[in-house]
Amino acid sequence: MSTAVGTAEQAGAAHHDEHHDMGFIKKYVFSTDHKIIGIQFLFTGLLLFVLGGLLALGIRWQLAWPYDLPMGEMFPESMVNATENAAGETVYTMGGEFYTMMMTMHGSVMIFFVVIPLLTGAFGNFLIPLQIGARDMAFPILNMLSYWMVPPALVIMLIGFFVEGGHAAAGWTSYPTLSAISTAYSNVVPTPGSNWGQTCWCISLFILGFSSIMGSVNYITTIIKMRAPGMTMMRMPLSTWALFITAILVVFGTPVLASALFMLIMDRTLGGTFFLPRGGGQPLLWQHLFWFYSHPAVYIMILPGMGFVSDILSTHARKPVFGYKPMVYSMGAIAGLGFIVWGHHMFQSGMNPALGMTFMISTMMIALPSAIKTFNWLGTMWQSNMRLNPAMLNAISFVAMFVIGGLSGIFMASTPVDIYIHDTYFIVGHIHYVLFGGSMFAIFAAIYHWFPKMFGRNMNSGLGKIHTVLTFVFFNATFFPMHILGMAGHPRRIAFGWDKVNETGYEFLADVQGLNEFMTMAAFMLGAVQLIFALNLFWSLFAGKKVGNNPWGCNSLEWETTSPAPHGNFGPELPTVYRGPYEYASPLVDEDYLPQARKLEKA
Amino acid sequence: MEATSSIDPELEFTSTGVNSSKLGMWIFLASEVMFFTGLIGSYIVLRLGSDTWPDPSQHLATSVLAINTFVLICSSLSMVLGLQAISQGDQKKLTKYLLITILLGTTFLVIKVADYVHMIHNNFTITSSLFGSCYYFLTGFHGLHVAGGIVTLVVVLIMAKKGRFSKSHYDMVECTGLYWHFVDLVWIILFAILCLV
Repeated sequence: MSTAVGTAEQAGAAHHDEHHDMGFIKKYVFSTDHKIIGIQFLFTGLLLFVLGGLLALGIRWQLAWPYDLPMGEMFPESMVNATENAAGETVYTMGGEFYTMMMTMHGSVMIFFVVIPLLTGAFGNFLIPLQIGARDMAFPILNMLSYWMVPPALVIMLIGFFVEGGHAAAGWTSYPTLSAISTAYSNVVPTPGSNWGQTCWCISLFILGFSSIMGSVNYITTIIKMRAPGMTMMRMPLSTWALFITAILVVFGTPVLASALFMLIMDRTLGGTFFLPRGGGQPLLWQHLFWFYSHPAVYIMILPGMGFVSDILSTHARKPVFGYKPMVYSMGAIAGLGFIVWGHHMFQSGMNPALGMTFMISTMMIALPSAIKTFNWLGTMWQSNMRLNPAMLNAISFVAMFVIGGLSGIFMASTPVDIYIHDTYFIVGHIHYVLFGGSMFAIFAAIYHWFPKMFGRNMNSGLGKIHTVLTFVFFNATFFPMHILGMAGHPRRIAFGWDKVNETGYEFLADVQGLNEFMTMAAFMLGAVQLIFALNLFWSLFAGKKVGNNPWGCNSLEWETTSPAPHGNFGPELPTVYRGPYEYASPLVDEDYLPQARKLEKA
Repeated sequence: MEATSSIDPELEFTSTGVNSSKLGMWIFLASEVMFFTGLIGSYIVLRLGSDTWPDPSQHLATSVLAINTFVLICSSLSMVLGLQAISQGDQKKLTKYLLITILLGTTFLVIKVADYVHMIHNNFTITSSLFGSCYYFLTGFHGLHVAGGIVTLVVVLIMAKKGRFSKSHYDMVECTGLYWHFVDLVWIILFAILCLV
């Protein structure tokens, strides 16, 4: 394989040709092939998953053992506090500012750089053209740009760690006034991250938002325009449906966040007062704008997972998806309702209580389509002869964890209960049950399921099962106690509850400090278990068992082509679709599956 | 590219018949609408929530902005005429109208900048009041969109000069036109809510 840049003549000659040689850079770096772009997003997301995970472990360490920070000498002096203990040794502790910064960046990195790029960027790009039977996206160059806006966004986000005053520390929600006051236009004592960190955060998210919008314009156009012959909307696999609906959410939600980010940047750098009461601005306005995007963003982070899991459950249970159309309509309903529920994040913000009531009702209505989906998943698995491979185990974990996350959501959705549990560890538990228990399990399931199509090799099933089961166990050990902590009144976003060595902190939390230590140990185990996954992934990339076109006996179009799929995806002719994607155990054929593209002779 | 010949008559029809780039442009404009909704919505909320909102006519040169509105509407007209010309295959006319559109758009920006300079001279700046922040923010973002539109129009003009468009192939002219009309429409709304109300 040549590492030279593809010359202009090469590119010109290659036009309209399916099997042409491109230079390494054109083929794997600045590629316009949706599969390569998807894989780029996948590895970027997984790499940042490591960063987000390490930040999480730092947070957990501080919450369990706030009196001793190991390797404290590695951090800048302004960040950590050094004291001498009785034995004369220097003991480091993490300052509150450092903790808040880590917590902010953990949330921001995981949401904007890991979960969204993995779900919509990686699998959205990889799956959509393959599943609808297209040769590529509608706008391949736009698609390439949407990936190549991620590295600049990432660099700006990472620079934030090294600027004066540290990185943004106002939480991933960046509520003003904390986030809007900057050193330049304020005579008050600057808040942490108020120098350049917060501004970097804003600029980075704006670039990332632009990338998502470009990607989504592409997805919607591709799905509407480029379906293979016979592939009607109601014959599309649920993954594609989910990605389609998600793309609509991105297109309508993200620009609103962009406008809010610009106002925040203006407040911070040009002396505007959009969110600052001293000039007549309204801090609450940010919350409205932010959640108008970020609530739909919650569905951006779960809907694709729901789609993948529907496909995976049906394939490995060897049964049609129970209620295909209700699945589609319920996703549409979740997306639609998702735009009118943002206020449920703001019950305690001083918003009009009458408004709180309407948001409470609309929020609870979302339980209905979610329940339809859950029961349909159960119906799909019911009495099936399922294959318990890693993909399936992760998909089942998704359903189980999503139920817990969904039910704990209803607690927060009801205004009276929320008064008590608002801003406690209960909400932290809830978000992790839907984001890790939901989205991450779906991502793991999707990686195990589509890995053969991406790389032509299968992942090791034994290692995969060990990884899945241990992740499930340690995930629950880490996050379930958060609900109990929340009930005990442990506020979120505080640097520590109770320091048992120095006997400082909140005395009422002394009883639950043991639980915090237990959770931290489980979190470190959870992190360690992911090494098995990393090992399996890289080992399988190069030495996994080679597979044929259709290792799972799956119906949808991506399994019609070779593994990995060639440039242009399908052979000289696009496949023609004759039926829906879930014809498993069909009485019409001897095998237990009936691919979408197989034409049956009339009886 | 598409194996249309092998379509089974019993298969259902899957193509929507819309042109891809036009569909993409409409989706992008939908996204832009939401962006300006965020901006304009915030302006309305801030203005209604404020007790001491200054009288716009005291700070803004309404007549200058009205002239600017007229300039931009004229540019939309010339864009439409250009599109009509190429739909009849007249490449010369297309080039002429594109040039007029670019000149009108540039005139708009020049007047805009002169207006900014004048107002800053009169101590109406981003930091002077919330109205100032809103004014520069809304019109500034609109100005950036106009500038982006002009750059695109220049590209289209160069392509038109090279004879890249014909009676049956003028998608890019049409998409640029859609964007240009959108920018025009946003300005009309901004002019109304900033200067008149």
